[in-house]
Amino acid sequence: MADTPIAHAAKATPPGMARKIRGLSDRAIAWIFVAPTIFLLLAINIFPLIWTIQLSFTNYKANRIGREIKNVGFRNYERILTDSDIWLNMQATAHFLFWTIFFQVLIGFTLAWLINKKFKGNDLWTTIIVLPMMLSPAVVGNFWKFLYQPQIGLFNYIITWFTGAEPSSFEMLGSVDLAPWSIVIVDTWMWTPFVMLICLAGLRSIPDYIYEAAEIDRASKLRQFFTITIPMVLPFLMLAVLFRGIENFKMFDLVVQLTGGGPGSTTELTSINLKREAFEKWRTGYASAYAIILFVTVFGLASIYVKALNKVKER
Amino acid sequence: MSAHSITEPSSRAKWVAGSLVILYALITMVPLAWIMMTGFKTPPDSISYPPKVIFEPSLEGYVNLFTTRTRVTPDALEALPPPATWYDEIVRERNMVIAGPSKFGERFLNSVIIGFGSTFLSVFLGTLAAYAFSRFKIPLADDLLFFILSTRMMPPIAVAIPIFLMYRNLGLSDTHLGMILLYTAVNISLAVWLLKGFIDEIPREYEEAALIDGYTRFQAFYKVVLPQAATGIASTAIFCLIFAWNEYAFSVLLTSATAQTAPPFIPTIIGVGGLDWPAVAAGATIFLLPVMIFTILLRKHLLRGITFGAVRK
Repeated sequence: MADTPIAHAAKATPPGMARKIRGLSDRAIAWIFVAPTIFLLLAINIFPLIWTIQLSFTNYKANRIGREIKNVGFRNYERILTDSDIWLNMQATAHFLFWTIFFQVLIGFTLAWLINKKFKGNDLWTTIIVLPMMLSPAVVGNFWKFLYQPQIGLFNYIITWFTGAEPSSFEMLGSVDLAPWSIVIVDTWMWTPFVMLICLAGLRSIPDYIYEAAEIDRASKLRQFFTITIPMVLPFLMLAVLFRGIENFKMFDLVVQLTGGGPGSTTELTSINLKREAFEKWRTGYASAYAIILFVTVFGLASIYVKALNKVKER
Repeated sequence: MSAHSITEPSSRAKWVAGSLVILYALITMVPLAWIMMTGFKTPPDSISYPPKVIFEPSLEGYVNLFTTRTRVTPDALEALPPPATWYDEIVRERNMVIAGPSKFGERFLNSVIIGFGSTFLSVFLGTLAAYAFSRFKIPLADDLLFFILSTRMMPPIAVAIPIFLMYRNLGLSDTHLGMILLYTAVNISLAVWLLKGFIDEIPREYEEAALIDGYTRFQAFYKVVLPQAATGIASTAIFCLIFAWNEYAFSVLLTSATAQTAPPFIPTIIGVGGLDWPAVAAGATIFLLPVMIFTILLRKHLLRGITFGAVRK
């Protein structure tokens, strides 16, 4: 570029004038830089969203091309909200959300707190602990299925070894009672490091002098923990919960590979059910309404939560 | 000042904390270690009870991953010329001959093409947009940024319904281009947020000095800002790459024969009488290793990447 005639001309001309001559004002550059991103998002995110809204009022089926599309008004929405099966899926999702977040916060915070004792080699071990969350959830789900195999699976073998239970007496993925927990275990294994990292950042943001002042005031360690550590880490912890909440509400790949939603529909999270409606039963209109309901739910809950988070931050 | 302040944990506390963390790290590594070991087992060893910790290593899983095989009768096997290669030998021990390469190579290559293609595009577009958001007054900038972020809240399946229809009409279903564009659209929100944070940290004075020296805005951008942001751009690129690499839902719904990536393929590797676990484990190992290496390289920027720049450390 430096040798082009334009560049030479630009060098010869005083800067202020050059910018006028070249005609690209900062404003123009700003728009040129932002436009492709906005265009791509409009084409691949917003346009599809609007299309989904439109489809959600029809009885369209994507596998029947040429069939007359009828406008059905709010009937899809009515059917979804009154369908007891969908409430079961919502319950399965709520169970999954609650317990994964519970365990991840508990274990993640504890680990962060321990790592923050700054023992020798803590960086290395932190990196090792983080590995699971960077892996492909589908591949992880698939190999945990192998670990969960009755008889031959390592997980079952270890449980048997510790508890003395008959190796064939329980099936993590095949039993109605255990399957919802099997997905909680894998998600916790995978995502605890995420909560841990964010908590660790929170713990490291607390300046030493606060603790020093507390020591001088003779506050006990326990009191310091509840009056300094917890309140100062709370905004970070809440952020971690927000991210995990949104991600796990969308959960699909890991669970589909592990249980496929079974046995029965005990682990059929909303995303899995949605996939079934949209791409197996091909009820496109109905599934679109379902998708909109899910999106509004996530968006609504997240907005309320962010408001609460900001309040905690302001304190 | 002495090395030990009053807030420094005692050496006993450190020892206890260290042992507990190491214990957790070791437990959390067991599944990964197990899957890597399984890749080097023979199929009977992989499903033996009790699970075998000590076994004779074999490359059968890897051979099965990369080939398709057909069973032949022992007589026909006798009639064949002696095996030419070590992998022929492994396969013949199971009364089979190699029929051809499997689809794994192709799927893996698709993962590479789509991963790198979408990463390049999202980082390229993301850098431009992030620079504009960082340096210029853009009307409704906060709303636009939030809009960019909120696109990540959609469940992938919900997005997949209209994308499926749109791609069917445009002829983009099951194409590399379609998947690259889709992954770019998903990744660009992360790229813009992260890169804006990195560019915000570069002092404006550098560019202003360059502008006074007669650089145009454009030149100041690529000669001054880009080199300064190089580390940030590189770590953003790795995050985008890891997302595209790991993605499953869009790939399984929108691709089948030509543009499918590895994650939907690995779980479907079938052997004799069910899933061929050593081959699945071999595929998982090859697929997961690059990400593990990148994670170790990224460790300084990890937090920033996974929280959309919300936590910077």
